Order: sequence, then C-alpha cells, then structure tokens
Amino acid sequence: MAYTEEELKKELETKEYEYGFYTDIESDTFPPGLNEEVVIAISKKKEEPEWMTLWRLEAFKYWKEMKEPEWANVHYEKPDFQAISYYSAPNSKPKYDSLDDVDPELLDTFKRLGISVDEQKKLTGVAVDIVMDSVSVATSFKKTLGEKGIIFCSISEAIREHPELVKKYIGSVVPKRDNFYAALNSAVFSDGSFCYIPKGVRCPMELSTYFRINQAGTGQFERTLVIAEEGSYVSYLEGCTAPSRDENQLHAAVVELIALDDAEIKYSTVQNWFPGNKEGKGGVYNFVTKRGICEKNAKISWTQVETGSAVTWKYPSCILKGDNSIGEFYSIAVTNNFQQADTGTKMVHLGKNTRSTIISKGISAGKSQNSYRGLVQINSRADNARNFSQCDSLLMGNECGAHTFPYIEAKNPTAMIEHEATTSKIGEDQIFYCNQRGIDTEKAIALIVNGFSKEVLNKLPMEFAVEAQKLLEISLEGSVG
Amino acid sequence: MLKIKNLHASVEGKKILKGVNLEVNAGEVHAIMGPNGSGKSTLASVIAGKEEFEVTQGSIEFEGEDLDETSPEERAHKGVFLSFQYPVEIPGVSVTNFMKTAINESRKAKGLEDMPAKEMLKLIREKSEMLDIDRKFLSRSLNEGFSGGEKKRNEIFQMAMLEPKLSILDETDSGLDIDALRIVANGVNKLRSADKATILITHYQRLLEYIIPDFVHVIHDGKIVKSGGKELALELEEKGYDWLKQEATV
Repeated sequence: MAYTEEELKKELETKEYEYGFYTDIESDTFPPGLNEEVVIAISKKKEEPEWMTLWRLEAFKYWKEMKEPEWANVHYEKPDFQAISYYSAPNSKPKYDSLDDVDPELLDTFKRLGISVDEQKKLTGVAVDIVMDSVSVATSFKKTLGEKGIIFCSISEAIREHPELVKKYIGSVVPKRDNFYAALNSAVFSDGSFCYIPKGVRCPMELSTYFRINQAGTGQFERTLVIAEEGSYVSYLEGCTAPSRDENQLHAAVVELIALDDAEIKYSTVQNWFPGNKEGKGGVYNFVTKRGICEKNAKISWTQVETGSAVTWKYPSCILKGDNSIGEFYSIAVTNNFQQADTGTKMVHLGKNTRSTIISKGISAGKSQNSYRGLVQINSRADNARNFSQCDSLLMGNECGAHTFPYIEAKNPTAMIEHEATTSKIGEDQIFYCNQRGIDTEKAIALIVNGFSKEVLNKLPMEFAVEAQKLLEISLEGSVG
Repeated sequence: MLKIKNLHASVEGKKILKGVNLEVNAGEVHAIMGPNGSGKSTLASVIAGKEEFEVTQGSIEFEGEDLDETSPEERAHKGVFLSFQYPVEIPGVSVTNFMKTAINESRKAKGLEDMPAKEMLKLIREKSEMLDIDRKFLSRSLNEGFSGGEKKRNEIFQMAMLEPKLSILDETDSGLDIDALRIVANGVNKLRSADKATILITHYQRLLEYIIPDFVHVIHDGKIVKSGGKELALELEEKGYDWLKQEATV
C-alpha cells in the first residue's frame, strides 16, 4: 500500500505489544500495603544485616514526609501506594546450578522473549544475570569474572557477602531523600544487581541483566550499584520487556554508578515495558533515578533506548566531580499511542576541565507526548567546563507532541555551552521517495527512524544495537500490511 | 512499453491532466516540454503512482499491464524510475545504505535473495566510476547538504544502480550549471540502450542539446498539444510557448 497521512496513522495504531503474555508461576507475594512492618519484613526475607534494615527504615521515614513530584510534563492517575504489594519472588528457590533445575515455564517465558539463557550463554562474552520479578534466578560466567576479582551478583547477595562495599557506596550518589521515588526505592527495594570492578581491571565481557515485571500488581523496585575502582573499565547492559497487564504497574528503580579516578563505565539500557494498549489503558509507570559520579579523569556514558512504559520519568545523570572527568548521555525515546515520556539528563560540572555531551533523539507517534528535559550546571569552580547538547525530535502524524526543556546554569565565565535542537516530521514526500525506489512504507519508516537515531544506536554494543533496532521497528511499525 | 490513454488526473479536486495520450517504446527518448503549470511534473508523478493524484479517467499501461491498482513500490519493482525534481533528504541514511535497501527490496519482491555484499560493492564501484562519482559521496547522508548538482547526480547514480526499464527525468536540468548539466547528461547517455526508454521532462531546450530526443511533445493545460522530432524543441526555443498556447485555444 502506498502512503498517506491517514494510513500511516492507522498503521501505527495497529501495533500490538509483542510480549503481552503472562507467566503463571507460583510466587511468594506479600499482601498489598506499606508500613514499617512491611519494610522490616522485606529486609528479613532477604536475610539482611541490621544496618540495612535500619537504612531502609530511615528511607521510609523520609518517604512518608515527601510528596510525589508534579513538575514533569506527564499526566497520569497517581498510584495508590497502599494498593501495591511490595514483595514478590518466584517460589522455586534456591538458585540453580544448571538450567535443568529451573522451572520450565520460566525458561519458556525467556524463550518467547527471545532471550533464552541458552542463547545468551552462547553469545560471545556476555554474562547474563536474569532478574525475574525480584529474585535473581540464573547467573552465569561467574567463574570467569571471579578470576579477575570482578563481583557481579544480585544486590541481596552483595549485602550478605560484601557488606563493606555496599555499606560504603549505597546511597552515596542517590541519597535516600533525593526524591520521592528514590526514597521509596531505598525503603522497599527488592533486588537488583551489584557490580564491582577492582583497580586496573578491564572487564572482559559486557555485563548484562534482563529485568522483568511479572506479577500482577507487584511494584518492582530494583536497586543497582556499579563500582569501578581506579583505572578500571566496565560496560553494563540492561534490557527489559514485561508481560502486558490491565492495571498500571509501578517501577521505581535506582541505579548508582561510581567511577573512581581514571575509571570508565558504559551503561546501556534498552527498555520495552508494556506501554499500555491503543486506548492508553494499562502500561508501566517508570519512575527511575539513575545517577553516576565521576572522580578524576573518569568517564561515564549513559546510552538508552526507551520504547516502552505508559509514563516515563527518567534522567540518567552525571556528577562530574573530579577534574577532567567526562559525562555522556545518548538517548532515543520513542512514544506511541498514549505514551508519555519526560526524559533527559543532568550534567553537573564540579571539577575543572570537565566535559559533557548530550545527544537526545525523541520520536513521537500516535497521541503521545515526548519531552526532553535536561540540566547543564557549571559550578563556580569548574573552570573550562564544556558541554554540547543536541536534541532532535521526529514527529509522526498530527496528534503527537514533542517538547524540549533545556536548563542551563553557568556560574563560571570560562564555561562553553552549546545547545542545538531540531524538530522534523516524517513527510509524505520522504515516504513517496522511498516507495519510488521500491521500498515499501513499513521499511521506509524503519529506514528513516534508524537514520534519525543512528548517532545513538552507534553508541550501543553491537549485539544490543541489533536488538534496539528491532525494538524501534516493533514500536513504530508493528503489523503494517 | 508505456501506453497512456486519455489520462485525466486531479489533485484535491483540481483537474490538472485533461486527456494525455502518449506511447513510448523501448529504445526511445521522449522529451516533454511545456510552460510552468502545464502538468509536466504531474504526469511524471502520476506515472510513478503518487497517491495524492487521483486518476479520474483513462489508463496507464506498462508492458501491457494496467497500472491503476499498482502501488508506487510495485511500479518501481516493475522497472519504473523517477528522477525527482526536488530529491528529499533522509538524514542518517547513507547513499550506499539506501541503495542497498532499494535493490534488496526489489529483489525480495521478485523472490530473490539479498544481493551478496561482494556483488553489491562491485556494482557500486562500476556505476560510481561510470558517473565519475567520488566514493566519499556514497557514505554521506542521502541528499543532506548536497548541492543542487550533487542531488541530481545522485538521482542518476540511483538510476544506474537500479537499471530501470523506463526512466522519467523530472526537470533534471533545473538548478544545474553547465558543467553539472554536462556530467548528468553524459550519465544519461551512457545508460541509453535498445531495451530501455527515457522520458525527459524539461522547461528548456538546453538539456536537449546534450541528450538528443527521438520525440518532442509539448504539453499545455493538461494536454499534449503538439508532437514532433527534435527540431520542435528548437522551434520552441526560438518562438517560446505562446504561439502554441494560441494554437491550442483556437
């Protein structure tokens, strides 16, 4: 079929969530509600030491006094925090030595998602730590990593096995009272990943975690902590898909990255949580706090491809504390139907000669709203700080919106800040041009979108880039005839 | 190869083509000339299948097949190529990647496998050399920041790569200086062959000094009002279009 504006709109509407199934696994779920007892019970369930329980309780105390933020350019029905169950773990504990021991239904879920552990294991150089609901169920390549002194495990395990590291760094980048959702996460986080790279070690493989939300009405509160010691390097991949549910699911994760002197952390995310149906019903609320701190000469790169969730509130940030440190943010955010995204970054320049780069690509279709919100802050002592920001928006159809909210605060006269922004629309002329060369409309849209997103896709590790490209196509084309 | 019978077409209710008849055979080069707004570019778009134009009457036959229900991409797969007057920009998509996609989509439509990378590279090398195109040019984003001449040359490069049966060149000469015009015309001449046909749509006679047509047609107010050999173009150059307009209204 040749293309008209009307048809494009229809094609975009016919996309259905590919991963919309629900796995029926017996699980150990808390009744809904949140109070001190629940916080203590979670801590107990995870067999945590007392300091951790107290840490959670303090966070809970802060959270009770805080209000849900309203400044973002998103509109949604606020979750009832007393109607959420704060703990759910697949019942088939303990952890397995081999895949044969794993619940076959669980394995089937992974297969349907195209991320079977088998496949993943075979992928060269990728160690996979899969988080299904709140408990890690499979960990691989641990031995290889162990030989280098690298620790890659669930945060619960780290709290038990490496308390000194966790105690020192947890909450050091995102304090308990940082914001409403971070405080909530600090009180009730269920599980997540922990990664430690010793001094001078270059992690030989991409570390990868697949997050899933699987239980009806279970909020998922992931906590991730990545510590790169002096002169070390790690590339961390985080990818997500979730079965579709009718009610909104809340996800409030916290990710903290610590890059000590001369260290480098690359953190890549592909996010494809259920965005809600065509009428805007259901879908995941994704309220995430991600932040990293760079010491001297350190570098942190955030790369994200966001195609899912009904509402996204997410600003992966860098605190450039050390002199000559570098922060990067590369983002593709796709919204369709009734999705709303308010996403961007914060680059806080504290040290001298610090540099940051922001490349943000927003793609909006359907009736969705896509906002970029970014802060570039140059502190008074940050001599010769530089920032370059580029925010591009691509619109499909006439009912969606793209917004850009750049905030720039420069308190040092030597700062150099550049900001570029463009908005464009996939035009009938572009589609017809492609059609005339023998490329059908579906393929043409994929081509145009991939071209638009190329600068960011190029930043992803190879195997992830392929997956991300596929996701972009699924999100925007679906079942185009 | 191409048979257009009593073609009427309109856009947003406005009648633009009002009964065009045209027959183009393999090996022929036809020039379609006419003043601005006479329907030249519309004819090109309608042959290529652009949806915003509605065919209200008449028919277009390509190799014995009625194109009425055929989508633009299917027409392309059958071997219809349109060199655009204003080629669009597609940021982030390299000329090479675009060509690779176009060629493989056409192959897919014919039930063929993707063209092997080695073969593709060979084809690109061959055609870019033939048209004197710098290889660096091929890695740039499609038409983005291209000069007028580069855009037109890129159109001819695509034509060379896709090897269409029927090429329609819509105002390929507009916006070109004399050197660029010579290069583009050279390319078109090199691609001429006994089994292919070309339609040149142009406002000026200039292009026809470089690409010699077998037939010249003058379109006015949505109809072909005069046809002749290449000498008709010279006559038009000398007398302008007004005498034809008068002749047509009489």
